[in-house]
Amino acid sequence: MHNLIGIRWRAAAAVLLAGALALLAGCGGSSSSAPNSSTSSGATAGLTVPTANLPVLQKIGKGEGQLNLIAWLGYLQPQWVKPFEQQTGCMIHATYPNTSDEFVTLMKNGGGGVWDMASSSGDADLRIIYAGDAHPVNINLIPGWKQFFPVFQSPPFNTVNGVHYGVSLQWGPNVLMYSKKAFTTPPTSWNVLYSKQYAGKISVYDGPIYIADGAMYLKYHDPSLGITDPYELTQPQFQAVVNLLKGQHPLVKQYWSSAPAQISAFANGDVTVGASWPYQVSALTAQHFPIGAVIPKEGATGWADTWMLAAKAPHPNCAYMWMRYISTPKVQAEQAVSYGETPDNMLACSYMNQIAKGSCALYHANAPAAYFKTIALWKTPVAQCDNGKPDCVPYANWVAAWNTQIK
Amino acid sequence: MSVTTPAGAATAAPAGAGGHGPWSRASALLWRRPWARATLLLTPPLAWFLLIYIASLAVLLITAFWTINPFTTNIERTWNLTNLTTILGTSAYREIILRTVGMAAGVTVIDAIVAIPFAYYMARIARPRTRTFLFVCVLLPLWASYLAKVFAWLLIFTHDGVLNWALGKIGIGPLNLIYTNTAVFVVFCYIWLPYMVIPVYAALERIPASQIEASQDLGGRTLRTVRSVILPLALPGIVAGSIFTFSLTLGDYITPILIGGGNSTLIGNVIDSNVVYNLPLAAAMATVPIAIMACYLLASRALGAFREI
Repeated sequence: MHNLIGIRWRAAAAVLLAGALALLAGCGGSSSSAPNSSTSSGATAGLTVPTANLPVLQKIGKGEGQLNLIAWLGYLQPQWVKPFEQQTGCMIHATYPNTSDEFVTLMKNGGGGVWDMASSSGDADLRIIYAGDAHPVNINLIPGWKQFFPVFQSPPFNTVNGVHYGVSLQWGPNVLMYSKKAFTTPPTSWNVLYSKQYAGKISVYDGPIYIADGAMYLKYHDPSLGITDPYELTQPQFQAVVNLLKGQHPLVKQYWSSAPAQISAFANGDVTVGASWPYQVSALTAQHFPIGAVIPKEGATGWADTWMLAAKAPHPNCAYMWMRYISTPKVQAEQAVSYGETPDNMLACSYMNQIAKGSCALYHANAPAAYFKTIALWKTPVAQCDNGKPDCVPYANWVAAWNTQIK
Repeated sequence: MSVTTPAGAATAAPAGAGGHGPWSRASALLWRRPWARATLLLTPPLAWFLLIYIASLAVLLITAFWTINPFTTNIERTWNLTNLTTILGTSAYREIILRTVGMAAGVTVIDAIVAIPFAYYMARIARPRTRTFLFVCVLLPLWASYLAKVFAWLLIFTHDGVLNWALGKIGIGPLNLIYTNTAVFVVFCYIWLPYMVIPVYAALERIPASQIEASQDLGGRTLRTVRSVILPLALPGIVAGSIFTFSLTLGDYITPILIGGGNSTLIGNVIDSNVVYNLPLAAAMATVPIAIMACYLLASRALGAFREI
């Protein structure tokens, strides 16, 4: 019996080895077909977009009947998805990632021939574009685009060398959310998330990009560090932020990785204050939970989202119909009010006030320029700082620090 | 055999006449040569196993030696040991590996302590009707969805949950159990318990009553009988159960997310959080539980756990 087991082990090992060798042979061949993938060193300077010269659609044809979308939770509510499906016959199927990294992964290999579009944020868009997973978009086929605030017509996060890879959507802040059961007066500073007073009652986002929230806090409270942009941190600045968040760890009850997890933690009374998205605020409000949210005095991080077109989108006509539809002032207003964010279409303001009186001013849809400056929009940290020096800490180190030092 | 079913052979091979068509010849060949029958029977599942399971494992192991482009996160197929040295050289990862192994070992020990008396009662003391009832109690949770069970525990442990409500009634608490390692540990113990009870039951049931009686006849008291007769004979079952509880805890990442609230990072969570950003590092991390399980199985074999199988 002893020998028999030994023989089996050896046989299994031999099979494994043979399989590995066969795969090696196969992979060696395919690696030579992608020779220029290793030329980048973090910054986008000197990089080219592999899909830049793909032909764009000239005229929207007949719909394919299906549209597969990768969306943030709350971006595909029935109130605007149902009318679209009825008008175009394009039935929407969706998946809802929790982090920007998941958007990038789902869009790999051009969306894999499965996904048509992704409502990804500014920190994911350039990664998707430079990986060759986005398709150029003929922006002239989308009339609503001309009504966009100029800053969102061809923003650097979704337009490279004048080529559009999607159409801008909406933008907004990451808010400080608090339970009104615990706070009689709203907090005015992010310092509640670093205070022992609320130890064991704090819930923050579980993702490396949350390091930028710490950087926003130190930019305000420790000017001697000289932080100007929370996504461009030199090594000493980065280490200071990491130390801040390391100190926050013992106070944190929950690192939430999906919006429903944070909603249930607030609803069950496990936590009372946290870094959140407007989606959770509206969901808890809808449950009649006494919830409040503020943008504290330090400012906030935020996002600017784009409906990106996948390089291998299987339903391009439906995708263009969706881009047309989602850019119209009325639909922009519906999504802005439902989610609690700012629309990119200038004409959405009056529609917003029709849906909820005063919501246009509440979400700054009438005068975004000044408000725009208080929000530090998510972008991918790269080694090359804006001043041209290669001193900044790239995102890979953010991921490593998040997983091995902070959590 | 083929002679007795000429009608079947004829319908299967309309071209053949009187049982000499290709179909009946093939069936005769299979009947005469058992190895041909075995080959035909085993080839599809074996091919499936090799292609799907072994091949994906091999791909996984290969990916561990590649790296990603840090900006686009595309995989770059250049060979290096960066990922393995990162895992072994980073104290946080070493801590996570130790924590996971500790958690898995703890869960295994607690499950064994709970399961052995329970299974002994089921196998040797309970009357048939009670035994059936206990079996249903053990098996029923296995039919329920994993997520349903974890969410049920979330509702028990949460601040305004069942446990704190009940403790409040008798003037204790409230406890702050949710989103802690303790809560994760309790849920693991509960979820994997049936996987320990069933093999231990099977082992205990096979112990001949004569051996226990012999021990008693020779003057062995209860403890002595348990230690020298029952436990050694039950060992293969305990080891089989421990392989389940140990390996299942080693690879789980959902309970630490839902019950641990992202505070309790195990090997599975490192894999989960890296799959989306750094697949090669996730693959390298995935080799860790494989290596640990290999050591575990070898150690079990050295202890003689497989001798009775």
